Amino acid sequence: MTSKMKRRGMTRRALLQSSAAIAGIAGTDTVSGFPAVHAAEAVTLRYLGTAVNQSTDIANKVKQDLGITIEYLPVTSDVVTKRIITQPESFDMVDAEYFQLPSLVPSGNLVGMDAKKIKIADQITTVLTKGLIDGKKIGDQGTAPFKVFYLEGKHSKTFSKTPTEWLSLIPTTYNADSLGIRPDLINRPIEHWSELLNPDFKGKAALINVPSIGIMDAAMAIESAGKIKYGDKGNQTKAEIDKTIDILTEAKKNGQFRAFWTDFNESVNLMASGEVVIQSMWSPAVTAVRSKGIKCTYTALAEGYRGWCSGFALPRSLSGKKQDAAYEFINWFMSGWAGAYLSRQGYYSAVLATTKKFLAPYEWDYWYEGKPATQDIHAPNGSLMEKAGAVRDGGSYETRMSRIACWNSVMDENEYLITKWNQFIAA
Amino acid sequence: MTLDVRLPESEAAFFGAAAKHVRSDGRPRRRVRSWATPYWQASPMALVFFLFFVLPLAVTLVVSFWRYSEYAIIPAFTPENYAAVFDKCVSGLPNLCTTFSTYLSTLKFCLIVWAVTLLLGFTIAYFLAFHIRTLTMQLVLALVCIIPFWTSDVIRMISWLPLLGRNGLVNKALLGLGLVSQPVEWLLYSGFAVTVAFVHLLTAFMLVPILNSMLRIDKSLIEAARDAGASGWQVLVNVVIPLSKTGIAIGSIFVITMVMGDFVTIGVMGGQQIASVGKEINVETGYLQFPIAAANAVILLIAVLAIIYALTRFIDIRKEL
Repeated sequence: MTSKMKRRGMTRRALLQSSAAIAGIAGTDTVSGFPAVHAAEAVTLRYLGTAVNQSTDIANKVKQDLGITIEYLPVTSDVVTKRIITQPESFDMVDAEYFQLPSLVPSGNLVGMDAKKIKIADQITTVLTKGLIDGKKIGDQGTAPFKVFYLEGKHSKTFSKTPTEWLSLIPTTYNADSLGIRPDLINRPIEHWSELLNPDFKGKAALINVPSIGIMDAAMAIESAGKIKYGDKGNQTKAEIDKTIDILTEAKKNGQFRAFWTDFNESVNLMASGEVVIQSMWSPAVTAVRSKGIKCTYTALAEGYRGWCSGFALPRSLSGKKQDAAYEFINWFMSGWAGAYLSRQGYYSAVLATTKKFLAPYEWDYWYEGKPATQDIHAPNGSLMEKAGAVRDGGSYETRMSRIACWNSVMDENEYLITKWNQFIAA
Repeated sequence: MTLDVRLPESEAAFFGAAAKHVRSDGRPRRRVRSWATPYWQASPMALVFFLFFVLPLAVTLVVSFWRYSEYAIIPAFTPENYAAVFDKCVSGLPNLCTTFSTYLSTLKFCLIVWAVTLLLGFTIAYFLAFHIRTLTMQLVLALVCIIPFWTSDVIRMISWLPLLGRNGLVNKALLGLGLVSQPVEWLLYSGFAVTVAFVHLLTAFMLVPILNSMLRIDKSLIEAARDAGASGWQVLVNVVIPLSKTGIAIGSIFVITMVMGDFVTIGVMGGQQIASVGKEINVETGYLQFPIAAANAVILLIAVLAIIYALTRFIDIRKEL
């Protein structure tokens, strides 16, 4: 309800603004409403990132609250990496993933974020800073954010093991990924990752075709089936990669997979059309399928989740007014409104306390506490996501985060992995 | 085939070597031209060609010999990237290496799509050129063939998905008619789907050049053949096909280069389960492995050029033009 009201409010405001603008143009006696003076001061930030955290609602709200114009440059995560390395002047801020950092930081094209300019940097959840939830350790396989959280200095090309003033990224959103399933077409409980390669779902399974992530989902499935015991699923040895790809190739030849996907929307279509009943999936994709009125669950599996986290970074070239605006925007981002907005899509925010202030108590209970919804749950666009009484898949924030088994990563043997992955696709 | 259309001077100059020859074919020279004239006339095109074709190609070639790390490419001169592309290609036989099996699969699509588009393109062009009497109607029908190309090819491709899917229209119809009891799986995310989409996307590229050639065929030639007692089949084989050879060759070049370099159609329609050279290059650039991607691109270029070279062995396009 609240989100609906907010939307209506914004539309009305937008209407008022535009009619005022028309009136301003029509009435020649005054130019006071003309935005020339304001425009001279306005800062535009070119925001490079995947579409995940980009939304016009957020941009509109920033414009309203801070007067900063956000110009989104939505690309795939591959292109984010490429742009940072090859065209660091082409954006003013970037939303990258922690797992990309080991290949980005040595280039020196990004600078450490000054923690002193981030008002509530000390309130960032310990899940990301220390790998602890309520003092308990969580899985650290792969490129866990807490391994690459700090830099040694502003222009440092190496990570610091101990906390420093310089943060590699300011976390925006993160989550625990699992398999998405169509419970209406499967009709039995799915409890293990091994089901992804179960011949029961021959021709009805899908895998993400991004080598570094696809291999992790595959490794979760293979380890769960008891075929390989990995040292570190997020940093496999050549022998482990070989065995993993062999098992995948065999499954592919047996017709296990209906398709592979690279784009978020492809996974939504595969699931919604019923082509696939079990697959690698991201939480907002599950949400998108559900908002079409199709049953889709993000199952909690016995072996745990694959975690990921993205965050803001600034290019080396940024300075002056734009840099101030970027910090202002980041502070705004962490102050709660954006966190609440993204929480309604199924992501988690870096500072829980501020997010809680902007969520209605029933929303907080549903998204973070794992309690049954006392009212209908709506997506930010107003569409119905869950009826009252529903419980979030996987339970509370604490339960989900504490069960992360590995994190998205770039392996030491990345080059070898890509060769093998291409072989697998060609098989 | 001789055309009664003479090339304008500037175009003749563009063809460089032929320029002098054309200039002296019987026309009175009214003013003295410097030897440089054809060069400056050709220079704008040459400049565009150099900046947007030769230069990038040269860079690609150079980079294909460089080394790379996760976040940088390092100037060097090493054959490693090429060695990596052909890794285990000879020693691994009879098992095909990634590169060979990828090219084999792409060539297979190339051959099938080429054959189908040629058959369709030629038949439609023949119908338009010889069975439609009025020019207006010819234009209208040719437009009908081409109008779908006003939308993006991605949209035309994606529109096949709801048709061919497991719960798609075709399967619903088949199930409804009782022809099958289970949805047909191979309609989508299969070689079949890729071929259908390619044929849909590329037939026009075959059709238009062939139609163009056919419209230039002097109708009296066909009448003469008839008068001399040729059957319909003989007219087709001995008159129409030889005189359409240019169109066929140009259409074939379009289709072959497009299929060889494609990765979007194969990706979307094949459910990303079918390899293509383009996708391999795409993945490699995605992980900043530019040198090996460049090596792959160079090899692809050589492969495509070889096919086109073979094609021009059969048809001398320049002469025919």
